[in-house]
Amino acid sequence: MTLVAEEVRIDVPVSGAPRRGVLTRLVARLGNGVVQVVLALVAVFWMVPVFGLLIASLRDESANTADGWWTVFTKPAELTLANYAELVANQAVWQSFLNTFYIAVPATVLVVVMASLASYALAWIEFPGRETLTVVVVGLLVMPIQVALIPVAKLFGALGLFGTITGVVLFHVAFGLPFAIFLLRNFFAGIPRDLIEAARMDGATEWVIFKRVVLPVAKPAIASLTIFQFLWVWNDLLVALVFADQDSAPITVALRAQLRQFGTNIDMLSTGAFLSMVVPLAVFLVFQKYFVQGVLAGSTK
Amino acid sequence: MRLRVNVDAAPGRSPRQAIPFLLPALILLAALVLYPLVYSLIRSFFDASGNEFVGPRNYVDTFTDPRTLTAFRNNVIWVVVAPAAVTGIGLVLAVLTERIRWATAFRLVLFMPMAISLFASGIIFRLVYDEAPNQGVVNAVVVGVHDMFSPASQYPGARPRDGYARTDAGFASIRPSRAGDTISLPLIGYSSQDVPPQALPASPPAAGTGELRGVLWLDVSVGGRAGSVDPTERGLPGVAVEAVRDGQVVARTTTGDDGRFTFPDLGAGDVTVRLPAENFTLPFRGLTWLGASLITPVIISSWIWIMTGFAITFIAAGLSAIPRDALEAARVDGATEWQVFRRVTVPLLSPVLLVVFVTLVINVLKIFELVFVIAPGSVQSEANVLALQMWQVSFGTGGDQGAGSALAVILFLLVAPAMLFNIRRFRRERS
Repeated sequence: MTLVAEEVRIDVPVSGAPRRGVLTRLVARLGNGVVQVVLALVAVFWMVPVFGLLIASLRDESANTADGWWTVFTKPAELTLANYAELVANQAVWQSFLNTFYIAVPATVLVVVMASLASYALAWIEFPGRETLTVVVVGLLVMPIQVALIPVAKLFGALGLFGTITGVVLFHVAFGLPFAIFLLRNFFAGIPRDLIEAARMDGATEWVIFKRVVLPVAKPAIASLTIFQFLWVWNDLLVALVFADQDSAPITVALRAQLRQFGTNIDMLSTGAFLSMVVPLAVFLVFQKYFVQGVLAGSTK
Repeated sequence: MRLRVNVDAAPGRSPRQAIPFLLPALILLAALVLYPLVYSLIRSFFDASGNEFVGPRNYVDTFTDPRTLTAFRNNVIWVVVAPAAVTGIGLVLAVLTERIRWATAFRLVLFMPMAISLFASGIIFRLVYDEAPNQGVVNAVVVGVHDMFSPASQYPGARPRDGYARTDAGFASIRPSRAGDTISLPLIGYSSQDVPPQALPASPPAAGTGELRGVLWLDVSVGGRAGSVDPTERGLPGVAVEAVRDGQVVARTTTGDDGRFTFPDLGAGDVTVRLPAENFTLPFRGLTWLGASLITPVIISSWIWIMTGFAITFIAAGLSAIPRDALEAARVDGATEWQVFRRVTVPLLSPVLLVVFVTLVINVLKIFELVFVIAPGSVQSEANVLALQMWQVSFGTGGDQGAGSALAVILFLLVAPAMLFNIRRFRRERS
């Protein structure tokens, strides 16, 4: 180790990579160049599909059937917003776009509220069966929604909720809860015990502790959960496919009807798909840190 | 800590306090998750109408129905190929991103597909893999590369009107010719609008001594006489013509703008005139990606596009937790980068890799939207997976909720090991 330390002292002024011969350093430098190029290519490769969809959505039907989106580089004049104007003017599609909000916003708010409450109890209130309940929630994390489709369809039919936005929302909330509780419970449990106990000593009720102590500290976790849940519901197809009717369908379900004639509907489908992506992309770009944390939290902690 | 004893009497220790906090979530979980699980289990032993108990028949039917078996087979392919591929790619890219400054930007780009819906991703890849080379970018590239090595023919689909036999090498004249003859070679099966602009009106040549001459033209049957050169008909320039004697090509020429061709020095003896096949081969149109044989690999590739960002970000988080000392120590001992990767990085990362892998397996088992959107209706049965089959049997064309419930239960049993994995990991982390 002492020998190494001496070598470091010699090498440091020459370059940042210590302890190597000139040749190794050269190879490393060259290798780094190759890595840069390869990763740049990968990044471009990853963006091409979305870029293609964007361009296709900005060309009209005749342009799209005549040739591929990549010809835009030679014919940039073909770009037009006409598809978007047409889509927004389409009452059914616009309604489905709004429906997506009507579904995603309450489904997110309800999950955040219910999960924060439940997580507080699981983390900080002692009651019999607390361990079991926590483990059940962890088990439910990976529950396939297929298990519930048939029974809940029957239940909603009996309650008059089938084909309504309320029904779709409730289903999303129920299946969003396990992950939400798991995420928040872990975060709440990490809050220093002293903070909670001090409040208890001051005679604060559980409700006050929850509101005044826990929630303010948990803002980052709640932000991650909010964004994750919102995008999850926004992006859903299967739940709405089963539980929504024509009037309550979100945009994915509305567009799905156009899939049958894909070849002749590229302009319409690409525009619709991009319209449905605008909100998630904006949310992702603005809140990327929270979203990434939310996704990772699904299994990290 | 000293206050612990008193705390037991504090209001927070009263179980009843927990009820209002837990109740809303518990009601929903019980009504819409737990009760349905039990209901599906029971329902799977009843027939389509739900009135008649049929025992395990739905399960027997499920495991003998060819559609469901295809779905099983595809799920196996998915589970074997896709999570391992994504974990591997994610690992390599995560290690590589450690060496660049713009790692955050790179991960952002690759993570982006996670934000958009599987439905939209499906449409994106339906377009990417579109069969027509003027729509789908993959086939455009495939055709472009193919044509670079074997250029497209000039007159795809054209053929002689009569008197020629189709062989592997091309169209060979049935009757032999010799020097001094003139040949009249009408072609059909090609649109006159596609004739190159430099083409001139065809004119039959006069016979020449010692030379074999001929004219090759597009014989438009509408408004002209079949087999003879009409004034409006044009020669086809640039068609290769061969003279073959005893199976050997003895001369080769190409037609001029007026369709004329000449073999000057044929020598004595009969030859067969042949039009090589490369004049007329149909253009290469790429692969039918969305056809029955390639559909599952295609959908898997789109899933890889979506999930790789997740794997990279997750693995990168694990990488940053590896003690730098361990890596440096190995490098000091003279290990190459590859050895460091194999012997130090991967073993230290293996718990993280396992979590990524299991998460991806769960995701794959529930795959639905991608297959639903990318596979065209005609090949959906070929691309079928369990989650899709469950929807189709229960809500799509099937309408049999008994069989659908059986499929749901099977799906549940398939993810059950992952449930136990999660629970065990959770318990271990807490202790």
